[in-house]
Amino acid sequence: MTNTVLEQAAPSRSGLFTIAALQKAVAFVALIALLGFFGLAAPNFLSETNLIGILQATAVSGVLGVASTFVIISGGIDLSVGTLMTFTAVMCGVVLTDWGLPMAVGVVAALVFGALAGSVSGLIIAKLKVPPFIATLGMMLLLKGLALVIAQDKPIYFNDTPNFSLISNDSLIGYVLPNFAIPNGVLILFLAAIVGSIVLKKTLLGRYIYALGSNEEAARLSGVNVDFWKVVTYALGGMICGIAGLIIASRLNSAQPALGQGYELEAIAAVVIGGTSLSGGRGTMLGTIIGAFIMSVLTNGLRIMGVAQEWQIVVTGVIIIVAVYVDMLLRRQS
Amino acid sequence: MAEAEAESAGDRLVEMRRIDKHFPGVHALRGARFDLKRGEVHALMGENGAGKSTLMKVLTGVNQPDSGEILIEGKPETLPGPRAAQALGVGIIHQELHLMNHLSAAQNIFIGREPRRMFGCFTDEARANSEAAALFARMKVDIDPRVEVGHLTVARQQLVEIAKALSFNSKALIMDEPTSALNDTEVEHLFAIIADLKRQGVGIVYITHKMDEVKRIADRITVMRDGQTIETLPAAGTPISKIISLMVGRELADGARAEGRAGGEEALRVERLNRGAMVRDVSFAVRKGEILGFAGLMGAGRTEVARAIFGADAKDSGEIYIHGQKRRIDSPADAVAHGVAYLSEDRKRFGLVTPMSVGDNVTMASWPRFAAGKTFMRDAALRRTSKEYVNLLKVKTPSVDQETRLLSGGNQQKVVIAKWLLRDCDILFFDEPTRGIDVGAKAEIYKLLQGLADQGKAIVVISSELPEVLRLSHRIVVMCEGRITGELDGRTATQEAIMILATQRAAAANRLEAQ
Repeated sequence: MTNTVLEQAAPSRSGLFTIAALQKAVAFVALIALLGFFGLAAPNFLSETNLIGILQATAVSGVLGVASTFVIISGGIDLSVGTLMTFTAVMCGVVLTDWGLPMAVGVVAALVFGALAGSVSGLIIAKLKVPPFIATLGMMLLLKGLALVIAQDKPIYFNDTPNFSLISNDSLIGYVLPNFAIPNGVLILFLAAIVGSIVLKKTLLGRYIYALGSNEEAARLSGVNVDFWKVVTYALGGMICGIAGLIIASRLNSAQPALGQGYELEAIAAVVIGGTSLSGGRGTMLGTIIGAFIMSVLTNGLRIMGVAQEWQIVVTGVIIIVAVYVDMLLRRQS
Repeated sequence: MAEAEAESAGDRLVEMRRIDKHFPGVHALRGARFDLKRGEVHALMGENGAGKSTLMKVLTGVNQPDSGEILIEGKPETLPGPRAAQALGVGIIHQELHLMNHLSAAQNIFIGREPRRMFGCFTDEARANSEAAALFARMKVDIDPRVEVGHLTVARQQLVEIAKALSFNSKALIMDEPTSALNDTEVEHLFAIIADLKRQGVGIVYITHKMDEVKRIADRITVMRDGQTIETLPAAGTPISKIISLMVGRELADGARAEGRAGGEEALRVERLNRGAMVRDVSFAVRKGEILGFAGLMGAGRTEVARAIFGADAKDSGEIYIHGQKRRIDSPADAVAHGVAYLSEDRKRFGLVTPMSVGDNVTMASWPRFAAGKTFMRDAALRRTSKEYVNLLKVKTPSVDQETRLLSGGNQQKVVIAKWLLRDCDILFFDEPTRGIDVGAKAEIYKLLQGLADQGKAIVVISSELPEVLRLSHRIVVMCEGRITGELDGRTATQEAIMILATQRAAAANRLEAQ
């Protein structure tokens, strides 16, 4: 019985040739091509210091990309990830420097305040039915202002917590493999991406995130508590922004309250270049990570080649449009 | 005969002969004919899907016929598009209004052909306003041409549409269910305008389901069924019963019927349910093992009743008892928790997450059951169970990993049914369960529904296809304009009896009985 029914048509999935796989391959090939191009064009590009620099530079925007991937696949958008990151860094600074509490408390505080701010966005979107774009635009400014108020317009330095800078700058891997001393910030990015990928593909939450993004109304009519899962999605995104907050604060050894705005666009660009659909329901973590690296390799390579910063920005804009256009072409062919 | 034809040809605004039209899988028009004279109101009647709309789409150039002739004022014409029809003086007022709410009445009327001034660089608002005012004066209505259309009532918006149609110098005007959104006073006003247009020589095609309106304003009636023109009759002296019997046709009336009478205990009882204008004081009950049919015309409020019970839309008032217990249902999640499922007529929008796999869709209402510790999905178990249900319902799919959008309509419907069976729902609302499903698969869905009833599920079938309601239902509830107008025994009900109840409007009921 099983076989008769299941064999009535040829299997349509052959793993390698699904659109999703092709998509990732295209982004991946583009990344390799960029590395090859800059490797030939700029002599210092492939040096160890420069490659580590690229990895470092990707850590923050990559982690924010991971946060945005959840929200965007669920059919939403989060414009507040940049200032939310700064807000968590400032809260961490308050806990460690102003209150003098132990480092572990500061780390937990960054994650908790991130999740809290994320759930506020989620509640505004799910319960008040404010469109995600507007709700998180408001949150972006609200959190930016709040961070400035709390920090009194001044950076908060972590001089009393000498170990804090190790979070991002030390290399745990370096102790085991001295020739492969990748900074912790980069390690955290890869861990966040791997855990994020597992959450998306293997957990109940991940399944609901795809369902919400594909057809929210059908999910609601299936008895799914749509509002609850939306709030959880934004809360998770917020918590991951807290991780980014820790990385950036540790790297600068300070919480810079004026920083943050602009990062949300980098994060969204990484997500989109990685093949995640802005209308929701489709996308992967691996794609986002590749997208984030394409962005930072491009910036770094153009800089090493001596291209003026103004033109770097122009090229980045062009790349985003080309990436999304190619994505649409590929999808239309399916 | 030939002489009579020639004599009246001068009066003929429109004549359509042997119109044939195929859509993929549907023979929508089979040699249909229709004609319209100057200064008459010609009612076009028939059940949903009889071909009225398609025939009018052919006349307005929206659809191209496969074969057949169209004569406008005696001259054979082809109508390659809506603009061609407008140029020949054929206008239509759709049931749903197509106006831009933020533009003024005059701007709406002349959209796309605005009067210009200064070498065409600027629109001539003054002229547009005065011409619109002239149109309104001709209709004897007082609408300010400069008012934003969104600020007008639906009735007055409709008058703007009529003015727009007249601005094309329309000689033939098609009105598709023009009174569906109007109250009694507004209907009277519309009728006065129609009478006026008649006097000015405009021919009006009036599409409606409402018998009392037809009796009041139509000069002639054409009945369509299954894409064919059945008969054209003078309105005066034709009894309503005759029109209904022409609409439903005799040959379909006796098909298979639901066997026996379900005697199980009560599964669901609804008392005095209200929601806006579409659900008024609706009370009914359905037993275990019973199929209850909900019949009525489109827009009678049946879908709204089901959605309100299911918690998809908020209720104004009403009580719901499930297995004898009074229950509060505020969301679909509440309904599902009490074993109530709703299968929408629009599966792709409301029933399925089509980009996801068949397995994910079958299990969607039960995902937490397939998540260890409510966290990690047990995909092996999910696939095993969904395979079981795919086999049980004979869903044709290469595997449960197949994207659901690639399945046929009938198989998609089975996936939705599987979803609710797996969720242990025992009160199932099927809204147009066979819409968009081919004939072979229909029979299979019928068998499936009957099998579910035999297992003791309580089933409500909402259907606009009378043979379907008659074939499936043990009992039939008929709705009209948000109210239940009657209940029939499935074994003895006829299409005529259903149609009479389905057109029994509260306001018109008394008038009809007096006739």
